[in-house]
Amino acid sequence: MIANAVFPEWQGRSLDHVLYECRELVEDTSFPTVRRWREAGGRVVGHFQVYFPEEIAHAAGLLPFKVRGAPIEPAKADSRFGSYLCSILKTSLELALSGRVELDLFVTHPICDAARNLAAIWGRNVAYPCEILYLPQNANSGHAAAYLRDEYGRLRRRIEEVAGRRVTDAALHHSLAVFNENRAHLRELYLIKRDRPWLVGAEEAYALVALAGLLPREEHNALLAWVLPRLRERPLRKQDKIRVVVEGGFCEQPPLDLIRAIGRSCYVVDDDLLIGLRWIREDLPAGGDPIAHLAEAYLERSSYSPVQHDLRKPKERMLVERLSASRADAAIVMAAKMCEPGLEEQVAYTRALDAAGIPYFVTEFEENMTSYDQLEIQLQTFVENLLFS
Amino acid sequence: MASASDTIVGRGNREGAQLFREWYASLNQAAVEDRRAAYVFVMGSLAELLRVFDFPIVFPEINSLQTAVRRAAQEYLSEAEDYGYSTDICGYVKADVATQLRGGKLPMATIPKPALAVYTNACNTYIKWAEIWERMYHIPTFTLDVPGTRADGRQTWAGHPDYANDRRYVLAQLHELITLCERVSGIPFDIDRLRETLSYTSAMNRGWQRVLALNRSRPSVFNALSDGTIYLGVANGLRGEAAGARFFNDLVEELEFKAAHGIGTLADEQYRLIFAGVPCYPIFRRFNELFTEWGGTFVHSTYLWFASGGSNLGFEYDLEDPLGSLADGLLLGVRDAMDSMFFQTSVLSTMADDFNADGVVYHPIKSCRTVSTGLADSRRALMASRDIATLFIESDMMDRRVVSEAQLKNRADAFFEGLATRKRRQ
Repeated sequence: MIANAVFPEWQGRSLDHVLYECRELVEDTSFPTVRRWREAGGRVVGHFQVYFPEEIAHAAGLLPFKVRGAPIEPAKADSRFGSYLCSILKTSLELALSGRVELDLFVTHPICDAARNLAAIWGRNVAYPCEILYLPQNANSGHAAAYLRDEYGRLRRRIEEVAGRRVTDAALHHSLAVFNENRAHLRELYLIKRDRPWLVGAEEAYALVALAGLLPREEHNALLAWVLPRLRERPLRKQDKIRVVVEGGFCEQPPLDLIRAIGRSCYVVDDDLLIGLRWIREDLPAGGDPIAHLAEAYLERSSYSPVQHDLRKPKERMLVERLSASRADAAIVMAAKMCEPGLEEQVAYTRALDAAGIPYFVTEFEENMTSYDQLEIQLQTFVENLLFS
Repeated sequence: MASASDTIVGRGNREGAQLFREWYASLNQAAVEDRRAAYVFVMGSLAELLRVFDFPIVFPEINSLQTAVRRAAQEYLSEAEDYGYSTDICGYVKADVATQLRGGKLPMATIPKPALAVYTNACNTYIKWAEIWERMYHIPTFTLDVPGTRADGRQTWAGHPDYANDRRYVLAQLHELITLCERVSGIPFDIDRLRETLSYTSAMNRGWQRVLALNRSRPSVFNALSDGTIYLGVANGLRGEAAGARFFNDLVEELEFKAAHGIGTLADEQYRLIFAGVPCYPIFRRFNELFTEWGGTFVHSTYLWFASGGSNLGFEYDLEDPLGSLADGLLLGVRDAMDSMFFQTSVLSTMADDFNADGVVYHPIKSCRTVSTGLADSRRALMASRDIATLFIESDMMDRRVVSEAQLKNRADAFFEGLATRKRRQ
């Protein structure tokens, strides 16, 4: 039991009710956990997709809040943007302009041509500091880790200004340990998805991951520590569904109902949904220079996404490996509407899947979409073709 | 006997076009001989360094825009879309994909295949684009990562620890790139050759900065949208070459002559405008006429800043420390190019004062999110900060399907009617 929890609703409930509360919280566009955190006097760092070294904010006593858009109308934000842009840009700014979330610092990254504009746009529209964290885009340079260590050092100083206190190495070591525990829980969740996917619905697993971007990590750890063993004991039976990998959710997120719709036809045994929360794949070492550990892990112990170019991780090869490692039968290759990196990657993905003889289903989505009938029919047809061919 | 006015005025456009034809002829010859090229981009091309290794230098952005200007883009776009590329991604990329599928064949020449691709992160699409060549040709690709400004007004300079970190990173990558170029070309690095190419680029940067400043004259001596694009082509295509340095020397002479003699780009300049965005290449001439027909001329543009990779700074390399200075030039130039796209509000406000502008024309395009994402908000902020007329029109730099000439004309006409009313009130 965590005192002053920002998400107390799940405590003392059954597993099904806990999972229900988790889904409700993920879909709640008033972001009550952030509000409660602030009401208790806490400060918040909003970080746009995909990856952010949350440990640094955590060590300063701040709440790292993942800015990932929301299924809302960008009533105020729409006029700040042009026509041919993805939804997440607009709805993320809408969260700030509408007062749904209040931040003390906003950080974006040069993940794509559109997102790198956000620091300037937010900066012209809100009173708190907004900036770009320049994660290295030459992951293959022998100097990238040293550069990133110092760039994280710059971020650390910025966060200290916002927090009004020093971020000590001791606090960072503690944060790394908290996040290591979190990484271990998330790895376990994905093992369940892979090995016994009938035990956890696609949308349930998604919600459990997404809460990492909404809760203090200690609370998220406590939640997962309670949920995961109960998932393993869930009295559910395997169904006749194909095993799929869902690819294309690295930035803008598909609505929970879309993930649920996919889960009705398929077992989602792996995916890249909210990959930034699972970017670092291994535990970080204790001791030594914690900032250097974070920098090294970003480059050397990390996953892949269409917005990181690394010669050692060609995306299409990584996808085929993900399919193989998860023993998937097929891939669902999605892209958010107007998402240039996602749409470009679809070409490479589908050609690689063709070459490997792996069936795939291609679609586009938008976080604001509300009708899934057509897509579900197409997906069911795809699945039936596989099951009965 | 021809007068000085006859020989000098218009020389930049004539010679620029000639140099461009010669450059494409040389690329065509390289393709015939199957000499492999360095594929680069305009924002941080590193042409100075790549010329040391004798690579023919191909600018796919310039190739693509040329297909639009020559009204051939649509067939290239369609071919790439048939291959699988979405209608919603950059038209430059798609035209190049089709070019590669056609063995490098373009309306103006056949370009050589790549030996390697070198690009900065000034535009993320550069990186995704290079991945396409990686897959097509299995060539080495090199991202020269240049960290940009973290927040508006928070640039750091030499002597600041954050600047030093960025510079160390850029310099280390330059060393790594040299090793790669030596391996691919088989030519050892020659620092004196680099000094020579850097000296040409310094002269070009100096000339470019002077050319831009000369348009403060009234009447303006060149149109930043039409003439400026020709000059820009030379600034990029011939960067690091003696011919490029000569061109800018001559161009400065021409424009100084025009300024001294009150010779404008328009016979009757009525309105001085600033252009923010990327030109509408599918109807390049007509788009410009929408403004010149009203006596409007573009005295400046953010395009001439960012698409020159920051040459507008007039950076001159220290030949005593060529590589260190190249790192500084890249860091400052590419950062400035990015600033003029992302943090442009104060830039435009200063431009409006310096060039006595009557209005700002914002032209976001579907193809380019780098340039276009922030334009609507930047416009809103500029108008909140000062009283200046603005026009916001959307189309594309490549795709004729999203260019509505009639709508553009209606908006431009209304803009000028508003400008005329403003003038009468003043």
